[in-house]
Amino acid sequence: MYDYADFDEAFVRARVAQFSDQVERRLDGSLTEDEFRPLRLMNGLYLQLHAYMLRVAIPYGTINPRQMRQLAYIADTWDKGYGHFTTRQNIQFNWPKLPDVPAILSALADVGMHAIQTSGNCVRNVTADHFAGAAADEIEDPRPYAELLRQWSTDHPEFQFLPRKFKIAITGAPNDRAVTRAHDIGLRMVRNAAGEPGFEVLVGGGLGRTPLIGQVTRDFLPVEDLLPYVEAVLSVYNTLGRRDNKYKARIKITLHETGKEELSRMIEERFAELRPLFGGNDQRLLDDIRAAFATPAFRNAPDGAYDDFYKADPAFRSWADTNLAAHRAPGYAIVTISLKAHGQTPGDASSDQMRLIADLAERYGHSEIRISHEQNVILPHVHKSDLPALHAALSQAGLATANVGLISDIIACPGMDYCALATARSIPIATEIAERFKALDLEHEVGPLKIKISGCINACGHHHVGHIGILGLDRAGVENYQITLGGDGTETAAIGDKMGPGFAYDQVVPAIERLVRTYLDKRDGAGETFLMAVRRLGLEPFKEALYGESARDAA
Amino acid sequence: MSRRYIPKVITANRLREGDVVYQTADDRWSPFHHEAELIEDEAHAQLRLLHASAQKLQVVGAYLADARPGPNGPEPTHFREEFRTRGPSNYAHGKQADYRNV
Repeated sequence: MYDYADFDEAFVRARVAQFSDQVERRLDGSLTEDEFRPLRLMNGLYLQLHAYMLRVAIPYGTINPRQMRQLAYIADTWDKGYGHFTTRQNIQFNWPKLPDVPAILSALADVGMHAIQTSGNCVRNVTADHFAGAAADEIEDPRPYAELLRQWSTDHPEFQFLPRKFKIAITGAPNDRAVTRAHDIGLRMVRNAAGEPGFEVLVGGGLGRTPLIGQVTRDFLPVEDLLPYVEAVLSVYNTLGRRDNKYKARIKITLHETGKEELSRMIEERFAELRPLFGGNDQRLLDDIRAAFATPAFRNAPDGAYDDFYKADPAFRSWADTNLAAHRAPGYAIVTISLKAHGQTPGDASSDQMRLIADLAERYGHSEIRISHEQNVILPHVHKSDLPALHAALSQAGLATANVGLISDIIACPGMDYCALATARSIPIATEIAERFKALDLEHEVGPLKIKISGCINACGHHHVGHIGILGLDRAGVENYQITLGGDGTETAAIGDKMGPGFAYDQVVPAIERLVRTYLDKRDGAGETFLMAVRRLGLEPFKEALYGESARDAA
Repeated sequence: MSRRYIPKVITANRLREGDVVYQTADDRWSPFHHEAELIEDEAHAQLRLLHASAQKLQVVGAYLADARPGPNGPEPTHFREEFRTRGPSNYAHGKQADYRNV
């Protein structure tokens, strides 16, 4: 992976020094809270419901064992012994104290990490396919491009005060695991007729209060034009984007107010101006970055005991069936370590678990670790002969839950257990759904089903693109949960449909169970997934399950 | 006709720790909702909020939150404020752990 150059190192250290001074001045009263707030947000520090929260960037979800151990150290030293991995591939610490934050940032800088641009109206952490560099279906590893975008956007003088935050997602594979269609800019690698790699560029996607799927502004952008084109999009948005209304300030609104034709024309015009100015410097930089993402030296070895274990050990087989994905190298697999043990907070890892993951990545995974937007941890390169030993080690730490892609592999934002913006809780809804389906022993029979939960309309939990989406609201002083159906975050992206009136907190789990039982009753065999069934059957049978006579009888 | 004023407490987060606190009648910041001053008059509420907001080295983001009288002192009326008196529901962290025996 990319290691900091002297430039990055000096920049991050300078920022730590600057922010340390700002904290000191806040604590001695030289800065008011109004003056300090934008400064702390620029460094990822929020004040939440019960405490401060520090959001640390994990660029494109890639992290090495040394960094993971440092996160564990930070969790133990200045927090409560755990961290929360987020839907933007970042990590959040929920309990830092203001006077300690400079020391935390300094500890992060020691391992080439920071919290810069994890908040504020700037280009945020660039997210990527969590299987990048390993997936069998990949055209090219997207991370060198993501790193190029990170370097370009970090402290970019023109884009520090955008109308609103700006999120870029990138995938190197046609199968979209990075939800590119729900980002301000989505980049999906494709090949042109000549077989050359380039990007399908989507602009104006986003969730939140106005959920919209991005629109294609370029079917095929040659890879070498990436930076000037993205800069052109940002430049046009920076000029046109509305600063008068926070709720209309994202580029998705600009796109709809300006029209795709006109916006595309303006982007192309700006692109034509910008492109010559890059003068090949970006490509030279990209070459250097590419070298940092060289493929590990894969072992050419027999699968060993993998098949025997698979046949003999049902726990291992179950885990292998759900938590492994196809690797591009023969004999290898991509391992997803579920942070969704039934009843546990989605995305949380204890410091012990972080250290174990770091150790296992070194022992079995070419020292590579990824964080997924689905709040799990990935070991992207594990040889199949090592899988039984890896599984055994994970099992001992409560990290071998065999549920990736299943009903208990739920994305949930922190909700009103932590977040100051939340209108209802998300975490306990997620844990109760997971525990209920575990008790029913149904989740493997149900098969692939993505439930996504947000505790407010800002949709950090991606509920709009959940097969089942749950949105927590405050209805007249009571938590109330709205259910959507048929959302999809992949290359066939769709915004889920609202089902009807919301449900009280204690009615959500029974409502989800009715939906799932309806699916099991009506599906066309186990080969038809929940999402396929919703698409075939339409919403009516599910509405009936939620609100019809039988639902009333059940309640 | 003016509506009856819903009683309030003043709450904020401590500047250094971020902990949720409540302004008491004798001008302390208490971690306990029931020790808060229950304010039943709007003009008094505004004055007390000004006083709270001026304490820039102690607290951040002071605001008025609805409350009602209870047997042990003011109680929150909204679930958000109730959560703030305890801490998160997924771990025994925050006040529910820090003041277990109080």
